[in-house]
Amino acid sequence: MSTILVKHRDDLTSKTGMWFFLFTELLLFGGLFIVYSVYRYRNATAFHLAAQELSVFIGTINTIILLISSTTIAMSITAIRKQNKKFAILLLGLTIILGLAFLVNKYFEWGEHFKEHIYPGSSILALRGHGDVLFYGLYFFMTGLHALHIIIGLIFILVIAVSILRNKINSDNYVLLENSGLYWHLVDLIWIFLFPLFYLIT
Amino acid sequence: MKTIENEKNHIIPYKTFLFVLAGLIVLTLTSVTLTRISLGTLTVTIALIIAAIKSTFVLRIFMHLKFENKMFSIALIGVVLLLCAVITITLLDYLNR
Repeated sequence: MSTILVKHRDDLTSKTGMWFFLFTELLLFGGLFIVYSVYRYRNATAFHLAAQELSVFIGTINTIILLISSTTIAMSITAIRKQNKKFAILLLGLTIILGLAFLVNKYFEWGEHFKEHIYPGSSILALRGHGDVLFYGLYFFMTGLHALHIIIGLIFILVIAVSILRNKINSDNYVLLENSGLYWHLVDLIWIFLFPLFYLIT
Repeated sequence: MKTIENEKNHIIPYKTFLFVLAGLIVLTLTSVTLTRISLGTLTVTIALIIAAIKSTFVLRIFMHLKFENKMFSIALIGVVLLLCAVITITLLDYLNR
């Protein structure tokens, strides 16, 4: 092929599309927050007592892990723009490791609940009353949906890191890296609200 | 076109991100400490205000909104207002039953 291929690109539109997708995500979780608020209002005591059983320590550690991972992916954009390819990949690798650490913590956290027979559909949980069932139902669904977003985000970031390695993403063309960053930050943003609502407000 | 874009999207230094991270961690720990002290209904308000401040940092610096076309910020504010309106109307209904 001797012809020079000039690919048409529109970074602004690409980013706009990503933001529109993020808006739908905000509405998805927003709806769940409304359900949470109403059920909390109607079952104040049960929610208060059930929330005290969650580990604030693990929650805080996971919050800090996500905040650091958001920082590393944001820094990788600076790295790629400074044409520091290796550092950008290193930062994305760190982001992936931190995301995995978050999931490992989540695994142990959920494992503890399961040991105490607290999980959706558990007959022992049902004995504790309607409020507890609602609280843990929302807890598992919302943190579970959030964890699913973490898994998708990790795959997205892995694909981006490989693209950087293959020079498909470089200092001239990095909008995909920015979009993966936006997605990861949104996951962080949702956790910023999930954490106080489930762990702190007791 | 490219030069205009490059002028608009300046490169954020690594230092800025680290400062923001430090601020976010301090806010998280503040939130944890303050909610340990029982302040009644005020606890919810404080926790949500701190979460909102943290979100602003994430949106403006990490998600680059501060340096982006204003269109993005305006659209986001629109979505947030819509969400707030839906939450308020739903709660008004439940609180007055």
